[in-house]
Amino acid sequence: MPETPLDILRRTAQLARLELTDEELARLAPQFQAILEHFEVLSSLDLGGVEATLAATELEDVKRADDPAAGIERSALLRGAPDPRDGYLAVPKTIGAAPRTNAGGGS
Amino acid sequence: MSDWLELDAVAWRARATQGGAALCAGVDASLAAIASLDGQVQAFAVNLADSARERARALAQRLDAGEIPGPLFGVPIALKANMCLEGVETHCGSKLLKGYAPPYSATFVQRVIDAGAIPVGMTHMDEFAMGSSSENSAYETPRNPWDLSRTPGGSSGGSAAAVASCMVPLALGSDTGGSVRQPASFCGLFGLKPSYGRVSRYGLVAFGSSLDAVSPLARSVRDIEQLLFVISGADPRDATCCDLPALEPGSGDPPEATSLRIGVPAEYFGAGIEQGVRETALAALAELKKLGAELVPVDLPHTSYAIPTYYVVATAEASSNLARFDGVAFGQRASGDGSLQGMFAATREAGFGEEVKRRVLLGTYVLSAGYHDKWYGRAQRVRTLLRQDFERAFEKVDLIAGPTSPTTAFRLGERNSDPLAMYQADACTVPTSLAGLPAMSLPVGFTAAADGTQLPVGLQLIAPALEEARILRLAALLERATGAGSQRPPLAAGEFS
Repeated sequence: MPETPLDILRRTAQLARLELTDEELARLAPQFQAILEHFEVLSSLDLGGVEATLAATELEDVKRADDPAAGIERSALLRGAPDPRDGYLAVPKTIGAAPRTNAGGGS
Repeated sequence: MSDWLELDAVAWRARATQGGAALCAGVDASLAAIASLDGQVQAFAVNLADSARERARALAQRLDAGEIPGPLFGVPIALKANMCLEGVETHCGSKLLKGYAPPYSATFVQRVIDAGAIPVGMTHMDEFAMGSSSENSAYETPRNPWDLSRTPGGSSGGSAAAVASCMVPLALGSDTGGSVRQPASFCGLFGLKPSYGRVSRYGLVAFGSSLDAVSPLARSVRDIEQLLFVISGADPRDATCCDLPALEPGSGDPPEATSLRIGVPAEYFGAGIEQGVRETALAALAELKKLGAELVPVDLPHTSYAIPTYYVVATAEASSNLARFDGVAFGQRASGDGSLQGMFAATREAGFGEEVKRRVLLGTYVLSAGYHDKWYGRAQRVRTLLRQDFERAFEKVDLIAGPTSPTTAFRLGERNSDPLAMYQADACTVPTSLAGLPAMSLPVGFTAAADGTQLPVGLQLIAPALEEARILRLAALLERATGAGSQRPPLAAGEFS
């Protein structure tokens, strides 16, 4: 059975790590569908022999000299985090935690 | 209130560098204008009055001690709230980054500070720069100084409103698909999106990394030129920033226009462009012709594909860039069901607004297995066609001109319920973003809205990559010949005397 717009959106939300409410899913699904239908015009072009543009310009990247230099202090970086602890970023327990049921995980 | 406020940045610096007392008086004038006007305009998200006064006093001492002043010495500047200024809240219009203060300053921010500019505040914007009206924000919505019931444009609406209301002479915004040029057009300002790679992106919170351009907003061409000179040039922290000499101010002195060929694409004057906008833009072209330029019809045949191409490419890049906002390293966290995955999802659900979610979803979808080739792969190839359109046109002409935006400033709330209608606001600006070209909106006149309000119209000048000087020269010529951009909204004029 083909995926419905709602199925597609629900699956995409999981990939995007967004926990949408049912109300949001109901509102966003038709919008999402309308936007994609509008963008379908891209399929009408003959793109035979056309290369992809990966970067806006053909300029070459400019690399800095490989000289050691001090970066930003770890303590300063950690100050912007929600839960800095003992010089680390603390997150909920992952090893030994109960598995999630909705397969929102990944590697 | 103060005769400082009418000055452009070049004149402001000239007056401020007469002495430390003058410099401090100038900054006080800007801060007083913010105190007086910003309740109505709502341009500023973060007020930096205290640090601005402190910086002014320090600069004043250095000046009085004989230091040779830098090119923006003593000039107040507004920064968009997606720009890192060490220790200052950079919330990007998002709840997720409420209270987040970066531990470093962006390269371009450090450069304006080193040049002597004084940041007086961070400005309101669409969340993560996603929008065309500055309404997609978890905070206040900035207003258009020409009509407070209308949008100043977006996503750099706060920066544009701050300059148009004369609270500051200069501001920086970011332009991914038109987010500086369209607000410049709506507010009667000059706004230049430099070539991709001209200005370092280090310290600009990333939206679309192959498109983002730090972009000046000002009330005169020479100010744009000066600010571009200060912020451009190679940066060891951004490998995509080109290793070419920065543009020297003065290289843009008006030449004779007689040698210039200006391309006029029919695609930029067709259906969807409001009549008043079309007529005002055509009148500006007629003015250029009077000055001796030759107008040449050019074709940009893939223009109608630009909006879908842009919204596929930009959302794909955004979905990747915004993956870092997951409750681990930056800003706010929601705990969800207590698991790590649950924390990621709950943080993003609570922290992102609807337009950001919509774009992250679109971007994730067009990159997902089974859909990548159909959407992202195709869009990248159409992007090539759009670039080639410009390459072919520039074989015949020096510059391309057309309206910056299909409409003048629309009313707040008018397009909120229809994302596709909002996306159309970018029709004239996204092609150049996808091609990495420099483009500037310049104020060329006014047209009446349905209710009779006179609203500014912008003309967009587009040049080949790294040829900003061409744009600046022609803009200066038009500015001198027609007084383009010299009118101020009544709200600001009330503060002058």
